Amino acid sequence: MTDVPQIYRILPEVILTITGVIIMLVEPLLAKNSSRKPLGWLAVLGTLASLAASNWQLQLPAGTAFYGTVQTDAYSVFFHVAIAGIVLATLLVTLDAATAETEGLGELFALICFGAVGMMLMTSGIELLLVFIGLEISSISTYIMAGFRKKSAKGPEAAIKYFLLGSFATAFFLYGIALIFGATGTTVIPAVAGLLTSSQTPILASIGLTMIIIGLGFKVSAAPFQVWTPDVYEGATSVVVGLMSTAPKAAAFAVLLRVLYVAFPALHNHWQPLLWGMAALSMTIGNLGALRQQNVKLMLAYSSIAYAGYLLVAFTALSQDGIAAASFYTVSYAAMNVGIFAIFSHAGGMGDRLTLIQDYRGLAYRSPLLGGALAFFLISLIGIPFTGGFFGKFYVFASALHSGLVWLTIIGLVNSGIAAYYYLRLLASAYSKPVHSDLLDGIPRVSIPLLFALLLTVATTLILGIVPGRVLAGAKAGANTLSPAAAIDIGGNTDAAK
Amino acid sequence: MLNDSILSLITFVPTAGAIVVALLPRSGKLIQWFTLLVTLATFGLTLHLPAHYHYGQSGFQFEENHPWIASPKIGYHLGVDGISMWLVVLVGFLGPMAVLASWKAIETRTKEFYFLFLLQQTAMIGVFVALDMFLYYGFWELSLVPMAILIAMFGRNRGAQAAIKFFLFTFIPSAFLLVGMLWLYAKTGTFDFVETQQYLSQNGSLLAPQALWWVSLAFLFAFAVKVPVFPLHGWLSDVFSEAPTAMAMVVAGKLGLYSIIRFNLGLFPAQSRQIAPLMITLAVIGILYGALIALVQQDLKRFIAFSTVGHLSFCTLGIFCFTVVGLNGSVYQILNHELSGAAMLILFGILYERYGTYDMALYGGLAGRLPRMATLYLITTLSLIGLPILNGFVGEFLILSSSFGVHPYWGAAATLGVILSAAYMLGMIQKLFYGQQSQLVANKPVPDVMAREGFALVPAAILMLVLGVASPYWIRAISDAVNGLAGNVAHATVTLTTNVAEKR
Repeated sequence: MTDVPQIYRILPEVILTITGVIIMLVEPLLAKNSSRKPLGWLAVLGTLASLAASNWQLQLPAGTAFYGTVQTDAYSVFFHVAIAGIVLATLLVTLDAATAETEGLGELFALICFGAVGMMLMTSGIELLLVFIGLEISSISTYIMAGFRKKSAKGPEAAIKYFLLGSFATAFFLYGIALIFGATGTTVIPAVAGLLTSSQTPILASIGLTMIIIGLGFKVSAAPFQVWTPDVYEGATSVVVGLMSTAPKAAAFAVLLRVLYVAFPALHNHWQPLLWGMAALSMTIGNLGALRQQNVKLMLAYSSIAYAGYLLVAFTALSQDGIAAASFYTVSYAAMNVGIFAIFSHAGGMGDRLTLIQDYRGLAYRSPLLGGALAFFLISLIGIPFTGGFFGKFYVFASALHSGLVWLTIIGLVNSGIAAYYYLRLLASAYSKPVHSDLLDGIPRVSIPLLFALLLTVATTLILGIVPGRVLAGAKAGANTLSPAAAIDIGGNTDAAK
Repeated sequence: MLNDSILSLITFVPTAGAIVVALLPRSGKLIQWFTLLVTLATFGLTLHLPAHYHYGQSGFQFEENHPWIASPKIGYHLGVDGISMWLVVLVGFLGPMAVLASWKAIETRTKEFYFLFLLQQTAMIGVFVALDMFLYYGFWELSLVPMAILIAMFGRNRGAQAAIKFFLFTFIPSAFLLVGMLWLYAKTGTFDFVETQQYLSQNGSLLAPQALWWVSLAFLFAFAVKVPVFPLHGWLSDVFSEAPTAMAMVVAGKLGLYSIIRFNLGLFPAQSRQIAPLMITLAVIGILYGALIALVQQDLKRFIAFSTVGHLSFCTLGIFCFTVVGLNGSVYQILNHELSGAAMLILFGILYERYGTYDMALYGGLAGRLPRMATLYLITTLSLIGLPILNGFVGEFLILSSSFGVHPYWGAAATLGVILSAAYMLGMIQKLFYGQQSQLVANKPVPDVMAREGFALVPAAILMLVLGVASPYWIRAISDAVNGLAGNVAHATVTLTTNVAEKR
């Protein structure tokens, strides 16, 4: 089918795997007291290389490799770049937050790289079992990362909770695959749609699809599968939360989009109402839950549930615009969320010293830079125009309304109005006159890696808000490759879209 | 050609200034001087508009229209007509005034203050010049942010609460506004105001009337909160008491009223006609309610807040009479009220700087000590009351005369508001400046109006007089724009009354 070497199709994954393995091998050789930060810089380099490789994949003719299990197209590249960007920012933030006392830093860097490999595989895999393997790689890495704060009781608690519920959800996913295979005789996503029409037992496919939605719904913390989120976010360290609230979710959403739009467009009568309900429920539960939180991480945990709801609104729209909107919003949410957790992790360190909203009182006076950046991300999360957060939300709801989902749009926008309240509480606290606080005095100076991370996230958020043209074009090109027609003739369509 | 980019310049010069402010060192008065320079430059640029305006033309002038985002189709479309032109000039004029008023009042965190202040200028000008609804919505929402942060930072005692209250009060209704805009976009395929207007006037009957009605309500709701129209004024008194003077000056009135005229009258004439009885009732209630509450206020900031509710309700009244005269009066009254209301707030502010209280009861007999200030207070007060030869008279007269023509009883009730307004305003002057010197005034010697304050207030006082005697100069441009609107609504009226007649 294609004449490019197969390895090119998974080049970003290969680069990151090698980076991770090198880090794992070098780490034990270093002296016990020596700094692990060089390993972090190595990981940064690897991520940059993988980012470049993903971008370069756009030059390749779209096509599949490894017996039709991996496919590179505009869609996979879009999410690869997003994931690599998130990982890059996370590594920089980790380099900033880590101190000489931080234990297990080398492993953390390696795990971040391996997790990214899994997520990337999820977005380029078009064979359900490969997707499942990607999901496992990414999940297991995040389970371990969630327990990174070994000293605090909350860390292991978070990890175990996440692991138990997470494996339960992955089992659902796997069972779904089995049922779909039973109904259609294939696990290749683009082939399912065709075989579904001649299936003897389409009901099995419906059940299988529902199970996949449940499994992935858990991963993206969409209601009613969201219960684990607050506990895990509270227990894990801020750096890790920043990562796991964005990258694995982006990957899971990418899989869900591909499965729904490529494999099961025929069953949309079945899954659309399901997603409608999940979207409305997630937005409402997320925002109402966040209203009464005093802990900033719990607040953002609930807000991430709401975010899953907004994204599902775009899924429900059943249009090219909906897919593009979902992809776009994934990126803009990632930029602001990673950014805000960068600030938390810098202010609180690896041990999360600052947890409550009032702990941040006067932050803007103590450090105008951190305060300004925090304000900017909060404004974007609220959804004020000229930020990525607004344009993402705007695009999602524009596509939903275009598809006639008036009520879902109203529910969503009223929700985003309510959401302003809890973000504002943090904002107002950061800008209130300071009381004397040892917590704020303990905030270290802003380091170079943090500056880079903030620059990356702020710039992305601004660009997505003011000149979203190029990213939108990328998201649209990706969306085009997912349309049922494109699934048959991938090559021509992607090139045209570019 | 300057005409092709003047609106972008006016809009973004303050933003550029804000970025420079963020980079300036925090030493001496450098930031203040620089901000003053930026606002003066902006004001100078806004004067370009009336100088090169083509009178006698309806439609938008100084237009700029570039594609911005391909899909969804969003353009960078700017333009002004006779209504928005003067509002832009007004924002320009108030800019330096606000900087001078903040000169001493804001002494800490000046960099944050002036940075956000300049952003606020951009947002307000942007609201008036944007002709693409996406862009408009952008500036509309953006105008909340600097305001809210500044209230939180510089609030007197409960800044954070007032900021959150203000933000939510305007943000949640704006969510409905966004739903409305998205709905229109889904039907028309454009966010462009002019195209949408054409589409609705030609194909409006093809759209579901029920849906169109809800959309117009969503727009009106969002704008009415921002004005604020009674009974949506809950946020105003808190914001007035907490916000720094420079912010309180610009928070109420013009953005909401302008938007009602532009969008509700411009896009939904028939629906506006239908909702008019309700709005007129609310406006008259607002006039009387605001005046009555202001009568019993002891706190100067709350006093001005409720008087503002009353005065802005006059504008609402004039708008929903749908006559050329009434609309002229309303637009004119927006200008007047912003000018005189701002001057009043500055005057209260400089009194506070001297005596450290807004409590009316603690003052008395100031006239003997501060004669120049007394003069300025009196001129501003008379302008707000609507004394002939000062600006307030023209606007109120036009509004009331048109409302008498259309709704005589409501007009009569509103006129009662004028009398009440005179009562509380003059009562305030009496308490502050006449009678026996209070303990506070007697024990604390303070300087009279200083040169810096004079620079802010004397031009304003002169302008009040000029607006009062030379009103035709301004109304010329307003009238051109309003004629088209009133015609629109009148046309809608015809179809509507026939509908009503048929039903009967």
